[in-house]
Amino acid sequence: MKPPTASQIKGVINGFAHNSASLVIPILQAIQEKFGYVPPESLKAISRHTGVGRNKIYGILTFYAQFTTIPRGKYIVKPCRGTACHVRGANNVINHIKSKLNIEDGQTTPDYKFSLETVACLGTCFLAPAMMVNQDYYGNLDEKRIDEALKECT
Amino acid sequence: MIHFSSVNELLAFKSDLTKKADSSKTRIRICSTGCRAKGALKIRDAFHSEIKKQKAQIELVETGCQGLCAYAPVVSIDPLGIFYGKLSEKDIPMVVAQIAAQGAALNNHVYSEKGKFYPHLSEIPFFKSQKKIVLRNCGYIRPTSIADYINRNGYMAIAKALGEMKPTDVIDEVTKSGIRGRGGAGFPTGLKWKFANGYKSDTKYFICNGDEGDPGAFMDRAVLEGDPHSVIEGMLIGAYAIGATHGYIYVRAEYPIAVEYSTLAVKQAREMGLLGENIFGTGFSFDITIKQGAGAFVCGEETALIASIEGRRGMPKPRPPFPAESGLWGRPTVINNVETLASIPQIILDGGGAYAQLGTAGSKGTKVFALAGKINNTGLVEVPMGITLRQIIFDVGGGIPHGRTFKAVQMGGPSGGCLPAEHLDTSIDYESIKQAGAIMGSGGMIVLDERNCMVDIARYFLDFCQKESCGKCVPCRIGTKRMLELVTRFTQGKAETGDIEKLHALAESVRDSSLCGLGQTAPNPVISTLRYFRKEYETHLHDKFCPSGVCKGLFRYEIATEKCTGCTLCAKNCPVKAIAGEKKKPHTIDTIKCEVCGICVEKCRFNAIAPMPNKQLNQVKK
Repeated sequence: MKPPTASQIKGVINGFAHNSASLVIPILQAIQEKFGYVPPESLKAISRHTGVGRNKIYGILTFYAQFTTIPRGKYIVKPCRGTACHVRGANNVINHIKSKLNIEDGQTTPDYKFSLETVACLGTCFLAPAMMVNQDYYGNLDEKRIDEALKECT
Repeated sequence: MIHFSSVNELLAFKSDLTKKADSSKTRIRICSTGCRAKGALKIRDAFHSEIKKQKAQIELVETGCQGLCAYAPVVSIDPLGIFYGKLSEKDIPMVVAQIAAQGAALNNHVYSEKGKFYPHLSEIPFFKSQKKIVLRNCGYIRPTSIADYINRNGYMAIAKALGEMKPTDVIDEVTKSGIRGRGGAGFPTGLKWKFANGYKSDTKYFICNGDEGDPGAFMDRAVLEGDPHSVIEGMLIGAYAIGATHGYIYVRAEYPIAVEYSTLAVKQAREMGLLGENIFGTGFSFDITIKQGAGAFVCGEETALIASIEGRRGMPKPRPPFPAESGLWGRPTVINNVETLASIPQIILDGGGAYAQLGTAGSKGTKVFALAGKINNTGLVEVPMGITLRQIIFDVGGGIPHGRTFKAVQMGGPSGGCLPAEHLDTSIDYESIKQAGAIMGSGGMIVLDERNCMVDIARYFLDFCQKESCGKCVPCRIGTKRMLELVTRFTQGKAETGDIEKLHALAESVRDSSLCGLGQTAPNPVISTLRYFRKEYETHLHDKFCPSGVCKGLFRYEIATEKCTGCTLCAKNCPVKAIAGEKKKPHTIDTIKCEVCGICVEKCRFNAIAPMPNKQLNQVKK
C-alpha cells in the first residue's frame, strides 16, 4: 500500500473553497472517499486551506466514527450491532467474522483484503442480523451466509 | 426543463400530467431502495428482460419502501392490486405471465397469515389498520422523478402557502394541526416556528434533521429514499413561515441511497425554480444544501448537529438560548425532523383541522414506526395516534414468530424503555407512553420474546450510549461508563448484594445532571428494565442464572426428555458435536463440550431445549 502523495491530497483539497471552517468535514470526507482513509500528513494542507488549526482538525478527525487514519482493506465488512440485530444474534455474527478473518474490530488483514468495522446501525433492521460488504447488503445472516458473502470477495 | 415562474405555470404543468396519466395501464411497482438488500436490483433487471421477452404491455416503476420489508423484495401490481413478496429471479417469468394474462394470483408469493392467503394489498391485515400521511407517496412514486411527485399534488402546498397565505397564517395552520416534533421530544412544531418567526435577523436558517442514529429506526431513511420532495416542500413551507433563506438537510452518510436521492431532488427542484431566488415570482427565496453526517449519534441532538454543520466536533451546548433564537452561526434556526417535514405539505393542503381529527387530545395525526426484532411483519408502518401497542404488534405486525411469547417492546431507541406485556394496551400517544416508562422517540419499535434477556438489553443500550457520549459533561462521560460496568457485572454473574440499588441511584443522577438529551435519557433502558423486570436482575444476582439463555456462563442447555422426539435435528446442526442420542430417542447435551451458541434451540421444533441454572459447572469451566 503506497500512501497518496502530497500533490494527490492537494488535488482533492483544491476542489473546495478557501478559508471556510465549515468545509473541514466535507474535505475529510472527500479525502477518505478518494484514498480510503485520511493520511495524517494531509492535516497540514487542510489547515492551510481552511485556516483551521491542525489540532482542531485532528479533534474532528478522531471525533467522528466515519474517519480512519490508517489504510483499510479492499473490502470493508460492516456487521451491524443495532438493536434488532443484537436481539437476533449479532454477537455470533461478529464473532464468526472475527474468527474467519482472524482480525478484531477496526483491524485490517495483513494482505489489505478485508477490514472489519462494526457499525451502530445500518438501518436495515428488517434483515437482522445484517451486514454490509462495501456497498452490498447481506441479511438474515448465519455462518453459512457469511462464508458465502466473504467468498464472493475476490 | 421547464422553469416555473408563477403558480399558474405549476398548475398548468400538473393538469397536463393528469391528462397524460393512464390509470388503466398495467404497472409493476418494485421497491428498489430498502429491498436492494435482498436483491431487488437483480429482480428489476429480470423483470425488464422478461417483459421484453414476453412482449407484455407492462410498465416497471422503481419506487421507495412499500412497508412490508419482511417480504422483501416486494412488488405491487396496478391496477390489479396484487402484492407479491419474497421473489427470486427464477419466479419472474411466471409472475410476468400471470400479470400479462391477468390470471389468478400466484399463491406462493402472496402474503399469508395463519394459513390464509391474501393476494390483494387492500385485504392484507398489515396494511388495513394503517393511515398514510407521511408515507402517502412512499412506494407509489419514483423518488427520482419530480413529475411523479407533482402529479400527486406535490408542491401544491407551497404554491398555496405562497399564493394565499401570510407566514403567520401558515404558522396558525400548523399550530391548529397539533403536530409535535417526530424526532422524539414531541415539541409542538407550530410553536417552534412561531418563536423563530418572532426573532428579527437578516439571516435565518431551516434545517432538516435526517441524522437518524437510533439503532432500530429506519423511518427517516425510508422517507428520504422514497419521497425526498415531500421533505423539501415541507422545508420550503417552514422557511416561508419563519423567514429563512437557506436550509440544510443533514443526512447520515451511512444512508447512501438517501444521500443520492435527496441530492438529486434538490437539484431537480432548483432547476424547475422551486428552490432558489424569487420562487414563483413571489419574491420568496430559499435554497438547500445537503450535509452528510460523519457517524456520530450525538449529532441528532440539535445543538450538536449545528456544531457539526459549522464544521466542529458535534458537541451539544446548554440551552437556552434555543436554536430558534440563536442557532446556526448565531442566527435564528429551526430544526425539524424528516417525518415532521413530510407531514407539513399535507397539513397545509387539507388544513390543520383535518389533520387534528386524527389521534388523541394531546397527540395528533399519525406516527411512523419501524417494526423490527422478534416480530413476523418487520417493516415500516404508519398508524393514527391513539391505537394500542397490541394493535400494532399483533394486528399490523402479525405477532411473534415461531409461536414464542411476547416479552417486551423496546421503544425509542437508546433513550427509550422496555414495556412489558401488561402495558400492551397502552395507547400510542406521547403522554401515555412516557407514563408507562418509555418514550415515543423517533419510532423504532423492537419486539423482544422470551429468549431475550432484559439485563443484556439494558447493557446493550448502555454500551451504545457510553460509546457515543461526546465526553463534554462528566455525568454522561463517567456515569454511563460506571453504569455499564455495573450492569456488565450482572451479565457475568459477578454482581453483589446492593448493586441493584447502586445502579438505580446512579441512573437517577446521570438522568438529572447530564447536559443534553443523550445523557439525560441514557439511563432510561436501565430504569425501565429495573421497573418491570427487576426479578431478572435479582436472578442474575442471587442465582447467577440467566433464565433467557443469553448471558454466557450463567446457564447451560438441557434437553427435556419428555419433549424430545429424537428427530436428530439439533445434533445435526450442533457445530461442536456436543449433542448425542439415538434416532427417535431423547438426546442429551454434553455440557463440557457445549458452547451454548443456541443453534439447537433455534432448530428444535418441539421446544425441548431450555436454559438451566448452572452453579457447579461455572466452577469447572472457570
